[in-house]
Amino acid sequence: MMTSLVADKPAPRAARFNVAVVLMFAVLALAPIAAAFGPESYVLGLITRVMVFAIAALAVDLLCGFGGLVTFGHAAFIGIGAYTVAIAGAHGVTDMAITLPLTLIVSALFAYVTGTICLRTSGVYFIMITLAFGQMAYFIAGSLAPYGGDDGITLPARSTLFGFEVFASDRALYYATLGFLIASYLLCRAVVYSRFGRVFRGARENPTRMATIGFDVFRFQRVGYVIAGSIGGLAGFLLANTTEFVSPAYMSWQRSGELIIMVLFGGLGTLHGAIVGAASYLLLEEGLAGLTENWKLVFGPLLVLVVLFARGGLVGLVTSIKARFSRD
Amino acid sequence: MTDAVLLIENLRKSFGGLVVTDGVTLEIGPGELHAVIGPNGAGKTTLIHQISGTLTPDDGRILLNGTDIMMLPPNERAKLGLARSFQITSVLPRFSALENVALAVQARDGSSYRFFGRAAAEKELNDQAMAALAEVGLDHRADIVAAHLSHGEKRALELAIALALEPKLLLLDEPMAGTGPEESERIVAVLKKLKGRFAMLLVEHDMNAVFALADRISVLTYGRVLASGAPNEVRNDPAVMQAYLGEELE
Ligand SMILES: Nc1ncnc2c1ncn2[C@@H]1O[C@H](COP(=O)(O)OP(=O)(O)O)[C@@H](O)[C@H]1O
Ligand SMILES: [Mg+2]
Repeated sequence: MMTSLVADKPAPRAARFNVAVVLMFAVLALAPIAAAFGPESYVLGLITRVMVFAIAALAVDLLCGFGGLVTFGHAAFIGIGAYTVAIAGAHGVTDMAITLPLTLIVSALFAYVTGTICLRTSGVYFIMITLAFGQMAYFIAGSLAPYGGDDGITLPARSTLFGFEVFASDRALYYATLGFLIASYLLCRAVVYSRFGRVFRGARENPTRMATIGFDVFRFQRVGYVIAGSIGGLAGFLLANTTEFVSPAYMSWQRSGELIIMVLFGGLGTLHGAIVGAASYLLLEEGLAGLTENWKLVFGPLLVLVVLFARGGLVGLVTSIKARFSRD
Repeated sequence: MTDAVLLIENLRKSFGGLVVTDGVTLEIGPGELHAVIGPNGAGKTTLIHQISGTLTPDDGRILLNGTDIMMLPPNERAKLGLARSFQITSVLPRFSALENVALAVQARDGSSYRFFGRAAAEKELNDQAMAALAEVGLDHRADIVAAHLSHGEKRALELAIALALEPKLLLLDEPMAGTGPEESERIVAVLKKLKGRFAMLLVEHDMNAVFALADRISVLTYGRVLASGAPNEVRNDPAVMQAYLGEELE
């Protein structure tokens, strides 16, 4: 089973900046221009949401696709990021010069503490315990009566930067989110191929071997978990600004599951697959939900087909089609 | 006594009621190749697991260059200069042969909390990894994913990983297990070349290899050291002949 995942004989060179990735970001950069000719704020809002979840999906791909750490509680980080913004806002702190670093610190701390416990386990136990921590965060958020409890809380305003209302327009928020998405992508890429990333990937392959050549696998995985947690927190920070509203529903286990589905759908362990997956999932949801209330009845089989017939998700499908054509 | 690279004293380990290591005492000097032989189930692999730290002994002492390593996790033992190969091949299947070894170089180099810069492009790591691959005759296969190497090549790769760690003590658990006669010969040749560079503990069933390589031999049965000494002494030990080697050596 392990070997069947190996694509070809010579080790694949780390994917260079492929045209598809550059194209993807270019399309995102140009989309607002096209949107100006249609229902602009709807389109901008939708794609901003896509990019926010793409950032969270990148974090999940980092853990699942490269670290072999299947996290079923990553929505907790989105929630923590969003609540950090909301709670700070409720106390009159709306400047992102404070709230953004605060978001990153709080989510990193949560990752460090829960990671210390979760990473003692592996496999199914890891899935279950990350789920448990996710649910814990969910219920804690629901019990925060001063901040809306189960009903959630509305932000007083979008974040400012040194007093300037940089997110005042939807378009500004859009481009800021795109900037964060590109930065997150580049960060994950660098991490994956760095010395650290090599250890992190190796730990998935064979933790015993890694330990016997001298690596403290647990500590490397915890660092990876903290990085992924912070990126999740960043997504939460942006989500709060996008919706100007925060509720415990952001942290529900369904949300965590959706993040995994996005990554599987787009292509596990590719990074840009996470972005493709988030976009496909949310856009399909949007499109199908308009047609039928039971849109998951359509999406479910579609996901099964992609996972069954395109092992590497949508990205893998494209790669194998390309390979077929270049061979002929 | 004090200059022993590895000193094991009165090591004990049991799984439930089954005693697999029964008061083993063993010493390996600098540059010495010490072979441990014995029938299947004698407790050889379990002994190696305890030395490398993947299993915890119930009792006894393990000293590496005078340092008590009994309580250290495997990664810290590795940092002190302990390397091992596994009876069942244990490499990183989706990494190339070169990356498998470069990772070992990286482990020894000591700075793996680097988050930027492509590790695979680091010449220093790759050159050293290449040198280790060349020593086991695997340099021409450097770019092949480990999962696609032949069984014998994987055994050689394990050896290269161990070499790249520049160990003070190398534990080899049946490095020739499952390889063809040609590959076995190649591995024996490599081990001959390495002999003396660092201390080695070799577990092996191939008696020709053992007698060709070992400075000392210990015979293990039912977790106990039945005899220990120079190859000739062990070969002629009546208890050994009766219990284990018997007709094989006639
Ligand atoms: N994890 C374990 N739990 C229980 N019994 C074990 C375990 N590992 C090994 N054994 C038993 O310990 C004995 C020694 O095994 P091992 O050290 O692998 O022998 P050898 O390497 O000499 O063939 C065998 O009887 C084996 O079945
Ligand atoms: Mg064995």
